[in-house]
Amino acid sequence: MIENRPGLNALAHLVLILGVVVVALPVWVAFVASTHGPTDFMSGTVPMWPGPHLVENYAKMLDTGLSTSGTPPVGWMMFNSLVMALSIALGKIAISILSAFAIVYFRFPLRGLAFWCIFVTLMLPVEVRIVPTFQVVAGLGLLNSYAGLSIPLIASATATFLFRQVFLTMPDELVEAARIDGAGPMKFFRDILLPLSRTNMAALFVILFIYGWNQYLWPLLVTTSSDYYTIVAGIKRLADVVDGLPQWHLVMATAVLAMLPPVAVVIFMQKLFVKGLVETEK
Amino acid sequence: MASITLDNLGKVYPGGTRAVGDVNMQIADGEFIVLVGPSGCGKSTLLRMVAGLESITEGEVRIGDRVVNTVEPADRDIAMVFQNYALYPHMSVRQNLAYGLKNRGTSKAEITRRVDEAAEILQIGQFLDRKPRALSGGQRQRVAMGRAIVREPAAFLFDEPLSNLDAKLRVAMRLEIKELQRRLRTTSLYVTHDQLEAMTLADRLVVLNGGQVEQIGTPLEVYRNPASTFVAGFIGSPAMNLIPSRAVPHLPGSAHAGIIGIRPEDLAVDPDGPIEMQVRAVEELGAQRLVHGHTNGADLTITLGSHADLHDTLRLSAQPEALHRFDEKTGKRLA
Amino acid sequence: MKRTIFSNQLLPWLLLAPQLAITFIFFLWPAGQAIKQSFLREDAFGINSSFVGLANFTALLDSPEYLNSLKVTAVFAISVTVVSMGVALLLAVAVDRMLKSSRTYTTLLVWPYAVAPAVAGILWWFIFNPTVGVMPYVLEVIGYDWNHISSKTDAMILVVIASAWKQISYNFLFFVAGLQAIPASMREAAAIDGAGPVRRFFDITFPLLSPTTFFLLVVNIVYSMFETFAVIDATTEGGPAQATNIMVYKVYFDGFIGQNLGSSAAQSVILMLIVISLTVIQFRWVEKKVEY
Repeated sequence: MIENRPGLNALAHLVLILGVVVVALPVWVAFVASTHGPTDFMSGTVPMWPGPHLVENYAKMLDTGLSTSGTPPVGWMMFNSLVMALSIALGKIAISILSAFAIVYFRFPLRGLAFWCIFVTLMLPVEVRIVPTFQVVAGLGLLNSYAGLSIPLIASATATFLFRQVFLTMPDELVEAARIDGAGPMKFFRDILLPLSRTNMAALFVILFIYGWNQYLWPLLVTTSSDYYTIVAGIKRLADVVDGLPQWHLVMATAVLAMLPPVAVVIFMQKLFVKGLVETEK
Repeated sequence: MASITLDNLGKVYPGGTRAVGDVNMQIADGEFIVLVGPSGCGKSTLLRMVAGLESITEGEVRIGDRVVNTVEPADRDIAMVFQNYALYPHMSVRQNLAYGLKNRGTSKAEITRRVDEAAEILQIGQFLDRKPRALSGGQRQRVAMGRAIVREPAAFLFDEPLSNLDAKLRVAMRLEIKELQRRLRTTSLYVTHDQLEAMTLADRLVVLNGGQVEQIGTPLEVYRNPASTFVAGFIGSPAMNLIPSRAVPHLPGSAHAGIIGIRPEDLAVDPDGPIEMQVRAVEELGAQRLVHGHTNGADLTITLGSHADLHDTLRLSAQPEALHRFDEKTGKRLA
Repeated sequence: MKRTIFSNQLLPWLLLAPQLAITFIFFLWPAGQAIKQSFLREDAFGINSSFVGLANFTALLDSPEYLNSLKVTAVFAISVTVVSMGVALLLAVAVDRMLKSSRTYTTLLVWPYAVAPAVAGILWWFIFNPTVGVMPYVLEVIGYDWNHISSKTDAMILVVIASAWKQISYNFLFFVAGLQAIPASMREAAAIDGAGPVRRFFDITFPLLSPTTFFLLVVNIVYSMFETFAVIDATTEGGPAQATNIMVYKVYFDGFIGQNLGSSAAQSVILMLIVISLTVIQFRWVEKKVEY
């Protein structure tokens, strides 16, 4: 702090408080809506304070859902989301750390080509190759399966680069000492490299879990059976009513449930989250 | 325990750069050899070739009777102490010491015995359950040594193990290493750029320059009869004066040599001396002083017990046997 | 480059195999298919396809709908980037002044990063809903008749707000990190040179922040062009009258709903070119950052 200007400090606080309110507003409104009954929206004004139906609404959605919308209970969709998010996060970490290990600690013909193949995935987000990727997944019979939901999303140049960076900063003497100590490549990987990359893996896991949980387009494409709907992709089906008004209180309860797990991860693992975010952008 | 033989050993990198050329030497069982030279002289590369961490492109390395050119580092029966210690940060000291033995399938009881013994020798018993980051520099150094000792290898390889320590600790650890080696009688190959460390530790030292061996000999041999101007300038502190002979025409034998070498401590004040020196700077060291000056345009340094003033003119002489003669072109010692 | 490496030749390929297999099957092959497809046209029954050269591309560039989509994408991407970066910078500068409370504020500001774009879309759609939403109610008080279902401008504002809202936290974190990386001595020197807080910000802080700003600029453009599909799909579905039909949404719509594969593939190829150029720009910047 260079100088003490109470006026400026007060202004900064004001800006921040305003920012916090604006950022929180939609979630507050959603939460409030999710605690009211269906009739509370008929009058046209939306309530600003929580109502008495919190437990009732959430229990109904988690347990039975809205069968008229063709979606399974929210609890089931959350389970699907969890499976997808965990598979994507763990799968990405596993295949990325292996390939980073291969690229950093070995010299072999076509190593450069392999590196570029991985690099190119950075330039091919699923959004730009939607139709052909869908055709491949359909051809492999992976529609409506957990494998189809997760495997196409677990190749990642970002994670590979992150581990490559981590490995490159490890002192050369470590692998030399390990070789003299009689450790072969896989033993070195398991005994030295993996334990030393633990925090990087945890940080990456936080980012990838959020990434996986929040997938929308992909699950929308590859799931036609409601058994495999994920909550983020399913929420729109709840809100889409052909005739009449959506059941706002139930849609909003679902929205709150959909953001709860990833938001909790960010808040409770803020340090790892920030580390992961910064590292993946290097 | 074993002898080590380097036979026409050389290393050329894929780009064509030569790091080490044509090294021949026989290291006796239990001998302490120090490889010394300025940075980039190839001493570390040479050590790493013996360790198996660098490939060998020319010649042979034999440990005992076995040619080990293509043998994995772990199977060469050597242990290495690194400059930055290379301790595994996530393992306790005990696990660090035991790791190599475990990988070899040594029995649990044997591992415990050896670790405890090494801990006893190095007095690191109370740190065995700590992680390396909880240790001081000197303690880490001991653990690194311990990791070498527990292996009971045929040879120790040291790669500048003391250069990360502060000056005082370096002297203490130097003594300990010497003592330890005398006790264990394990053949040792030690790399340093510090000539003082080299002189005090070595049974024999190998002076390297530009990937080539300049001289191999006991510390005293090398000090007394440096084989070249490079060795003469590198070993000994303050460094030997290397003077073009035309600047000192009155010294015996100067007519036949291009360069005359005289150690600073071999020059004495003598009113009838043949060398006249103008004093340019005096560095006070307490017990003695370093006097810098020049004679006929050549720089000269002497150590002096008595007093000297700036701008004094001193007359100096040296014993004929203290004069070293070198060829001007090749820098080689002349008989 | 590692000094010591393992000499195995087969093992690295085994280690790379899963990553390369997935990359090939789900990335390279489909991308190749998209490129191939973009030069073909299927007949009405989808049985035969014939090579048509660049016809799919020229058809696109002649189509007012596609040109509209380009324009919409540009307006959308620039608005999202400017709004989210502007708000984030303001908040970051404010937090940078705080000593004790900065952690609390940070926690309260970063969590929207974790909200799925689709959920963000639903939340704002609800808030702005013309019949039950809070905002139209408030806007009515000041005399504005909000309706994103019929008004093109209102629809665009809605998707921009929903997309920018989610991205503020990300930009905020990077701006805070960028501000903290500026040595305090620089600002102190400027203060001694007599520069007030506002001058200091524009003369010292903002120029020194430019690597962060540039990096975020690229990231935000990529985000608003490619990751906002869910926001659009959950709210306006490209409407009304194509007003929010950004390129990514149009690819999906033409390919899946419209079943026009040739045109969709050509659009994919154009999008690929855009991502590639953005990635190149971004990596150029990373090289610069190392020197900086």
